[in-house]
Amino acid sequence: MTKIVTEGPAGYMPQSAPAMGVELAPEGSALLYGNVVTPEEAMRDAARALLTRDNPTIFPGPQVLWDWKDDVAEKAAAILDLASEIPNCKIIPMPDYRPKYPKIDVKAEINPNHPNLTILDNRIKACVFVGVHCHYANLSLRMIRAGTDCYTTALCAYMGHEEAMASIRDLHASDIQKFKEIVIEERNKLGIEWETTLPPENPSLEKEDYSTLSPADYGEYRSLIMTKKGEHVTEVE
Amino acid sequence: MDASQRPQLEKKKADINYILKEAPREQHFITGAQAMAEAVKRANVDMAIAYPITPQSEVMHLVGDIYAQGHIKEYYRAEEELGTMSAIAGAARAGVRLFTATSGPGLLRGLEAIVSWSGHRVPAVLGILTRVVNAPLSIQPDNIEMAYMMHCGAVMLHAENQQDTFDYTLAAFAITEKVDVYIPVAVATEGFFVTHAKGYVDMTADDICLNDFDPVAAPVPAMDNETPPARIQRDAPVQKSNFMSYLIHSVWQQEIWDSNQRAMKYIYEYLGGPIEVQNPEADVFVLGSGCAAAQCREAHRYAQEDGLSVGFIKVKAIRPFPTEEIRDALKNAKSVIVPEHNIIGWLCKEVKAAIPNGGIVVEGPRVYGGMTLPVELIMKEIHTALGLEYDLKL
Repeated sequence: MTKIVTEGPAGYMPQSAPAMGVELAPEGSALLYGNVVTPEEAMRDAARALLTRDNPTIFPGPQVLWDWKDDVAEKAAAILDLASEIPNCKIIPMPDYRPKYPKIDVKAEINPNHPNLTILDNRIKACVFVGVHCHYANLSLRMIRAGTDCYTTALCAYMGHEEAMASIRDLHASDIQKFKEIVIEERNKLGIEWETTLPPENPSLEKEDYSTLSPADYGEYRSLIMTKKGEHVTEVE
Repeated sequence: MDASQRPQLEKKKADINYILKEAPREQHFITGAQAMAEAVKRANVDMAIAYPITPQSEVMHLVGDIYAQGHIKEYYRAEEELGTMSAIAGAARAGVRLFTATSGPGLLRGLEAIVSWSGHRVPAVLGILTRVVNAPLSIQPDNIEMAYMMHCGAVMLHAENQQDTFDYTLAAFAITEKVDVYIPVAVATEGFFVTHAKGYVDMTADDICLNDFDPVAAPVPAMDNETPPARIQRDAPVQKSNFMSYLIHSVWQQEIWDSNQRAMKYIYEYLGGPIEVQNPEADVFVLGSGCAAAQCREAHRYAQEDGLSVGFIKVKAIRPFPTEEIRDALKNAKSVIVPEHNIIGWLCKEVKAAIPNGGIVVEGPRVYGGMTLPVELIMKEIHTALGLEYDLKL
């Protein structure tokens, strides 16, 4: 197999994967290094990357962090199951898509405006994107390929992502469970000893006291705050 | 009365493939403007917004009529075109199916908002009923405004006649809403020559419409403030002066054009491909889009009757541009004539850039400012390309 999309760093201003001729996999197939393969083949390669590279990390996005649709809780549980089978796996969420200024807490979250900072700071060499809206996943995966040597896996509920080294499309909870089983199989083949263990708690951002929070606390970003249902914001400049 | 309370007509909802390819059709004799409005009627549009200034075309007036008849949930007349196009962007964030149409100076007035649609992942359909934009002011057909649209990221289809206008507009709704595309699709056709002239259009019944818009199947969250995970900032403000901001802006721009290119497979699926080729072994080709394609088709017919080795290429998709397809179709051509309805020859430039031997391209004939494109002008170029005499009489 000729690898079209590979781990970076691809450089200062790399071509996008579609510009290099990579097309999304058709239904029932997956992408591996830009080539159309079976989902199992892509999962096995991704599993080996997650088992053999440093600091494997799962980046769950809003579509699996919020229990907003029937299948989300099942998917989220499956992701925890998957993470439990990858030795020393971490979970770092992508809770939203706003840039974090003056500085992102790279231990606590990843952000599509500077995803490579989280990758580089944590020395992550293999990662999984899941539940990130496709537009932001594409941007993030491309920036990671541009500036890091991280192996990227995309688990996508829609059509997948050309930019990832391994891309699974039309994802359901059952597919995540299948991926988990493949991880266990590959782990056994590699002779890696591991007890099923949940990832460590994510170091979180400082707790905000919403009872006393005012728009002014958000500084120059106060205009971005949306009011909650029934809430009437009076304290504005 | 708000949109949720407005009575809507009961319709059978169907997949685009059924509507475009399988549903029974009945022939009507209607104008291009009516054809576009009839497509909107069958597209299960949630919201139409327009500034339908006279003398644009009748499209948005007709869309107003079908709103009153209960085919569209919401419609309003904006204050001007920039407001219209900005309102389309705003409505898209709420996750609804959208349509608007404009032309000429109106399009250029709204262009600032339109060029941001692709980056904001706005899945709207935009009708462009072309007309002159240059001074001296005119209301006549001329498709120069399409040149301004070609670099904003939108998918662009160019309809040859009333039938195309109907079919392309329906297909546009399906293409724009694909999760891997999700950028606007513009359907252009020539003002007056198509919009005000009648032609035969085979249409599906108007009690069958597209399935409901699914705001969840999107590459960006809809701004539903009551439902997580959408209760987040959708479009990140990235205008900081640092390398990371520049980088995300650059990959964002790449994403727009990648999305544009991903539309090609759907152009194959719904329109049978981005070009139509007749007589592919010919030495000389006439190549056109929109109304010019209709005249090229006629010139091709004349040439066939005269036994001349002439082929015909109709370009249906302007963006993504069918570079590979045109290169392949012209690989053995000795000459390609590109008639156009504008002075700058934007299609001619695209064709020249697409093929390795741009010297075979004949630039024109071109008409503009409302002038018609007589087939005889194209025949003259065909004869010249073949080294034959032609007695041009207009």
